[in-house]
Amino acid sequence: MPKDELKAGFRLVGTRPNRPDGLDKVTGRARYGADIVAANMLHAAVVRSPYAHARIKSIDASRALALEGVKAVITRADFPTGLTGEDWNLQENTIAGDTALYDGHAVVAVAATSALVAQDAARLIEVEYEVLPHVTDVDAAMAPGAPVIRAGNADHSVPEGMHPNVVRYIDFGHGDLEAGFAAADLIREGTYKTEATHQGYIEPHACLGQLGADGRGEMWVCTQGHWYIRRMCAAVLGIEAANLRVTPSEIGGGFGGKTTIFMEPLALALSRKAGGRPVKLVMSRAEVLRATGPTASASMDVKIGMKKDGTITAGQVNFRMQGGAFFGMSPIAEALPCAFACYDIPNLMHEGYEVLANRPKAAAYRAPGSPMAAFAVESLLDEMCRELSLDPLQVRLKNAAKEGTKSSYGPTYNRIGLVETLEATIAHPNLSAPLGPNQGRGVAAGFWFNHGGETSVSLQIGEDGTVGVSVGTPDIGGSRASIALMVAETLGIEYEAVRVNVVETGSLGVNEPTHGSRATFASGKAAVEAAESAIKQMCARAAAEWGIDPEAVEWADGAARPAGENAGKFPPLTIGEIGAKMGGTGGPISGHHESVPGGVGASFGVHVVDVEVDPETGKSTVLRYLVVQDAGRAIHPAYVEGQYQGGAAQGIGWALNEEYIYGADGRLQNPMFLDYRIPVASDLPMIDTVIVEVPNPGHPYGVRGVGETGIAPPLAAVANAVAAASGARLRTLPLSPPKVLAAIKAGQ
Amino acid sequence: MRYHAVESFDEAVRISASATGITRFLAGGTDVLVQLRAGSIQPDDIIDIKHVPGVKDITRRADGGWDIGAAVSGIELGAHAELCRDWPGVVEGMRLVGSTQVQGRATLTGNLCNGSPAADSVPGLMAAGATVSVTGPDGARVVAVADIPKSPGKTNLKPGEVITRVHLPPRGENGGDCYLRFIPRTEMDIAVVGCAVSLRVSGDMITEATVALGAVAPTVVLVPAAGAALVGSALDDAALEALVTAARAACRPISDRRGTVEFRIEVAGVLARRAASIAYARAKGETA
Repeated sequence: MPKDELKAGFRLVGTRPNRPDGLDKVTGRARYGADIVAANMLHAAVVRSPYAHARIKSIDASRALALEGVKAVITRADFPTGLTGEDWNLQENTIAGDTALYDGHAVVAVAATSALVAQDAARLIEVEYEVLPHVTDVDAAMAPGAPVIRAGNADHSVPEGMHPNVVRYIDFGHGDLEAGFAAADLIREGTYKTEATHQGYIEPHACLGQLGADGRGEMWVCTQGHWYIRRMCAAVLGIEAANLRVTPSEIGGGFGGKTTIFMEPLALALSRKAGGRPVKLVMSRAEVLRATGPTASASMDVKIGMKKDGTITAGQVNFRMQGGAFFGMSPIAEALPCAFACYDIPNLMHEGYEVLANRPKAAAYRAPGSPMAAFAVESLLDEMCRELSLDPLQVRLKNAAKEGTKSSYGPTYNRIGLVETLEATIAHPNLSAPLGPNQGRGVAAGFWFNHGGETSVSLQIGEDGTVGVSVGTPDIGGSRASIALMVAETLGIEYEAVRVNVVETGSLGVNEPTHGSRATFASGKAAVEAAESAIKQMCARAAAEWGIDPEAVEWADGAARPAGENAGKFPPLTIGEIGAKMGGTGGPISGHHESVPGGVGASFGVHVVDVEVDPETGKSTVLRYLVVQDAGRAIHPAYVEGQYQGGAAQGIGWALNEEYIYGADGRLQNPMFLDYRIPVASDLPMIDTVIVEVPNPGHPYGVRGVGETGIAPPLAAVANAVAAASGARLRTLPLSPPKVLAAIKAGQ
Repeated sequence: MRYHAVESFDEAVRISASATGITRFLAGGTDVLVQLRAGSIQPDDIIDIKHVPGVKDITRRADGGWDIGAAVSGIELGAHAELCRDWPGVVEGMRLVGSTQVQGRATLTGNLCNGSPAADSVPGLMAAGATVSVTGPDGARVVAVADIPKSPGKTNLKPGEVITRVHLPPRGENGGDCYLRFIPRTEMDIAVVGCAVSLRVSGDMITEATVALGAVAPTVVLVPAAGAALVGSALDDAALEALVTAARAACRPISDRRGTVEFRIEVAGVLARRAASIAYARAKGETA
């Protein structure tokens, strides 16, 4: 859609009504994964490997099976064989085969009449292991002599002679790198490392599964995408997708970590073995941290060439990432394109390696790969700006990508809003706030692509003129409110007259999960199309009643009206009047839309943070934080701000204290929130936000996906601020106090 | 697992003395219930002492000291204005434990019996010279708080023994105490280093000083040399430097997921200096 056709002058879009799910959530009425119960239900518990790498020699469940109340025990032998590719990966991660591949890998599952009996039974199951050498660090895993996780997993891309743990190699670039560096006045390079972090959603994974001997079943589950759950469970269990009906619960956070399966097939397999009784499986927090989620850990080399005036002449990156013991799980293919996406650089080269390690199978985490890449590139840029005494925001503005720029990863950008975002940042009062002793300011930019994805939406006109919208994208950030606003705006009715429901797999065509910042963009765009389709039908009903041509009817303010004088003089027919009569005028009126929507709008963000570092303890305190980001158009500004703040909060945690800590034995040392240190409320100031609106020409209301970009800049922004405050430049995250204090003392 | 809600400490002792398996006393439950849910303990007997008469009482003795029941919560301590005036360092140590919800249940006695070297309330109690009443199969005794911790997770209490009350000495004139801890966040965390200082002044001169350190050794430890470094000084730079040196010298920490040996030793000195300065100001009546 051309830019000048974008709608403007809105009645509802851009307002801040209460979210429709808000009352349910604050009163406890909302039903989350663990709230689902069924008659005759069993409870499951999982036996997990205490070793990072171990051959499973034998499993003896006889004592567990003898316990009263135990109804089923399953091992890998209860699953079909012969799976390949990602289906095999999913099955292998769901339950270990010959070998446990990480601390926490599921080995046996048991179902019993109560959760306590199931836990007792799990303790009675005897597994004999032969401990194998392990490796958890990404650089160590690709070094000569590292234990081989799984031979023969590398694809054709990997250069000859590399360690078998290196399974994927990617390279791309443009221009003439050598000439680019030759044109630079300053060339600097550095190596940066980030540790794995967990999405840290407040709701642990939970599901209730039922599967009969006939291969037909149901699942209720906390997920970001129930069609993915259906497809993956069907593949792992060897059943047909259409025979598994999956209903999503409300969701207490996902951040990408709930776009895949971890333990759901266990509930179904236990149910099948227990004669079809429903089986409930709820993870503990320790299980969540040991066996789900996390993102990759990364080791990254960056080299940048810059002229004295700040013009970037060349950039080069070499990234190594491990995403656990499974192929294809690291976000290397996303991290590389994000590295220089903010800038217009003529000469670029990217190389990346994916490496297997004895860690849990990584899942998507908010802008997968982008935060690591931004940490490396935006840190080095900051160092170079300081060395050349250049303003870091002006340098970013000078090199900013804009409409028509050939992006670092190939395509030419259409209308994007990085320049406007930088200008709004430079104008913000936080930039002139005075800084005291031991305080420093850091800035960084960040990027995320955003995503269209398979989308199917249905919209129904009610008999009273209210409207139901069925979407397949679980609401993790306020999308029901945003979609209701767009539909109400399009139909010319009140926000409260539209109810958006997230429906189960039997109700719509296949939907991809709520991922890639796509729900408000893709389901929103499809819902607008579905509303337009319903409008067309309602206009046709009015035309039939008036006996005029449907083309002579127009829709405005919630009613069909004759289009102009020549169409005839008829009083408007409201949506309520049309709905009340539709049974007699041709039947139900629904609008549908199915597509893989194009026109996704990339979103750029710039963060500015002020940090105080205690020079005697190395502790960093975030004093002030600003997020400026292009939303395209903020349908519901409060939920856009919430996304900005949430991304910043997670990024601050990643920068300062969050990390997967492995002992020498390869076991996770901190599988609980006490020692996996997510920021608590009192750790953070109110995070200031500025919504920049450079409408996306690919969406009827100009929406860009806003959910993910916010986590890209904070890692580098915080590290840059800590460097400014303390003089300690740390290139390895997290910036935990012992590390910062040691760096301060080393610099003295 | 058997749950016993006892009406008296004698009953508690009777049950625990005859128990053969794993026994846990339950006051606030903020450690026991967490350990139960994490599967790290599976007790055979849980003895709940919350319903014993007097366990929620805070009383001032005739000598001006304080008796604090075994089930008094952190919030109740913090709400007691007179106690806070006398022993602000003891109270602030307890008040740092856990969240607001945890504070509604967590107790001084439980924090001590959990045996953690990082227990936030224990350095303050030790620096204050607090004692506890213990009842057991062999009768009752009074023990210094400093003699209770044995090793991480272990105490010197004998089988069947239970702590019934905590006793704080009379504060007297011109005294002040303080507890500081280091955590990477602002709350909801475990001390990486903790330090309590209790002292008394005469004019500007420090006449008595006791320093206790947490999380830098297998137990919370008293550091007599650190206290001695302050006595006779007006908290001048030389005295503070001697305090820092003595505090660091007393550290025998480990490196773990919360901090390194080097970091803990370094920060122990920093916290000792900061806590001494606050305690000194409090003793002189300069701050609350």
